[in-house]
Amino acid sequence: MSISIKNVSKRFGDYVALDNVSLEVPDGALLGLLGPSGSGKTTLLRIIAGLELADSGSVLHEGEDISDYSARDRKVGFVFQHYALFRHMTVAENIGYALKVRKAPKAQIRERVDELLKLIRLEGLQARYPGQLSGGQRQRVALARALAAKPRLLLLDEPFGALDAKVRQELRQWLRRLHEEIHVTSIFVTHDQEEAFEVADRVAVMNQARIEQIGTPAEVYDHPATPFVYQFLGNVNLFHGRIHKGRLRLGEAEVRVAEHAAVHDSPAVAYVRPHEIKVRALPDGVPTIAAIVRHVNAAGPVVHVELERKDDGGRFAVELSKEESRELALEPSTQVFVELKNVRVFAEDYSI
Amino acid sequence: MASVNRHVLPGFSLALGYTVFYLSVLVLIPILALFLKAASLSFDEFVAAVWTQRARAAYLLTFGAAFAAAFINLFLGLLLAWVLSRYSFFGKKFIDSLIDLPLALPTAVAGLVFASLYVQKGWLGQYLVPLGIYGAYSRFAIVLVLVFVGLPFVVRTVQPVLEDLDPECEEAAASLGATRWQTFLDVILPSITPALITGFALAFARGIGEYGSVVFVSGNMPYKTEIAPILIVARLEEFAYGEATAIAVVLLVISFAMLVVINLLERWTMRHER
Repeated sequence: MSISIKNVSKRFGDYVALDNVSLEVPDGALLGLLGPSGSGKTTLLRIIAGLELADSGSVLHEGEDISDYSARDRKVGFVFQHYALFRHMTVAENIGYALKVRKAPKAQIRERVDELLKLIRLEGLQARYPGQLSGGQRQRVALARALAAKPRLLLLDEPFGALDAKVRQELRQWLRRLHEEIHVTSIFVTHDQEEAFEVADRVAVMNQARIEQIGTPAEVYDHPATPFVYQFLGNVNLFHGRIHKGRLRLGEAEVRVAEHAAVHDSPAVAYVRPHEIKVRALPDGVPTIAAIVRHVNAAGPVVHVELERKDDGGRFAVELSKEESRELALEPSTQVFVELKNVRVFAEDYSI
Repeated sequence: MASVNRHVLPGFSLALGYTVFYLSVLVLIPILALFLKAASLSFDEFVAAVWTQRARAAYLLTFGAAFAAAFINLFLGLLLAWVLSRYSFFGKKFIDSLIDLPLALPTAVAGLVFASLYVQKGWLGQYLVPLGIYGAYSRFAIVLVLVFVGLPFVVRTVQPVLEDLDPECEEAAASLGATRWQTFLDVILPSITPALITGFALAFARGIGEYGSVVFVSGNMPYKTEIAPILIVARLEEFAYGEATAIAVVLLVISFAMLVVINLLERWTMRHER
């Protein structure tokens, strides 16, 4: 089922949780709502589920306005961060609850529960109580419980947030496969960009009650629409300089930025990811910035180097392959020249 | 290195020692004395003392009235705890502190107040007695005053559990399609059942032991409104100490047995916590 959110706003007292948010989720999509805590992503999810009412705006399922429906009538499966399993019910009773309240025949409930137990790979544990399960098992039961009544939409609120790293990793891959199998339109909330990229086929990045960008993980990572998205998705270096007619001056170096050709002499910030900087021993006739090596960390698959600009003393980070690092023989206090290979410039008024 | 202390708080042996000491001085030795005194009677004398028609009527009334009052308090207490934990309204703190009043008020005062309110010429009695409702000098009067005395127990055991309930569980039930009533029955009620049973047991035990208030409201008519503790006092006034303690022993044994049953029931409702 496709879902669209139109101009939804929500305030809690003076605090603006959602500011005129619109979002389209096509049928069968697996969308990740990504953002720092307090960005409004959980509030948006709860409004879609009917657990919270929007102050204005509407939520549509397949074009049908469901804004005034209660949570009970929305046919939405919701998975909570802390599972919210019914502790006094067994695994089977938990999973079958949505069918029980709809007065489904017992045989049908048992059949569906068995089917779901197989799906979450917990066959044989139906008589256990939630207190006797591990965190990962509990979250899988919570997921099965949400799926039992065949919801039109599955919503997951930081589903792996309370689990340890290894289990989280396993469950991510499992959720991805599960979605390929059952294809229910799903939205999940996370503050972990790695998780969003790994699981989702579309990502909406939220910040300060707004959606900053929506796209596939690759689009969002390679072409961030705003400085916030750039900074939120991985490490980034900021180079402050002045922009004039499509050319950004960074100390002695100059970088061409075609998209700002119309800007006349304005301060600007260049965003460059650490692996998109080439380090050279000599300028080699290309526009470079002179810098001094301050720290080299060679532990791990890549070498992390901290450099200091010679002109204004600004520090930035570079990631090199082991080979490159060996050829350059980098050591603290060595002078090098860096070439910025992929620069994204935002004029200063895009303040963060 | 045998003296390495792995406990956060010191003194398990000290604490246990004091516990056993206090328990002995305050509970076990008096109970033992009770049994010894009762043992001064022969078996036949014992049976003759505890199994008269008057005594049986008194046991039935004591346990029946205490049970009825505790049962009423189960619902009344749940309602009060619910209102106090779920809603905020003007005067909530005041009502909250009123709940504890029956614990602090001398129960004899409560008995006197209830009696004077419900007698034929009392504020409430003048309207109720013509309707056939006798709120004083009747069995109903005993239940009424025991409800008052036992009220705080259910409220105070259930209230913190209600406050601690995870609101997400209720949201989960709603999003799974449960109505409010289904959510209450399937999700909330099972979570608070152990606390309800504890509160019931406390109110029930309090009702069995209550004396001060009942003396004033019951009228103490043998076979009709005489509870077992009053019968004991009546025997004491006849200087029949052996008979009096024998009745006390019966009361004690039945109370203990009932509390054991209630405890087992409570443990059964918590079986998923293991």
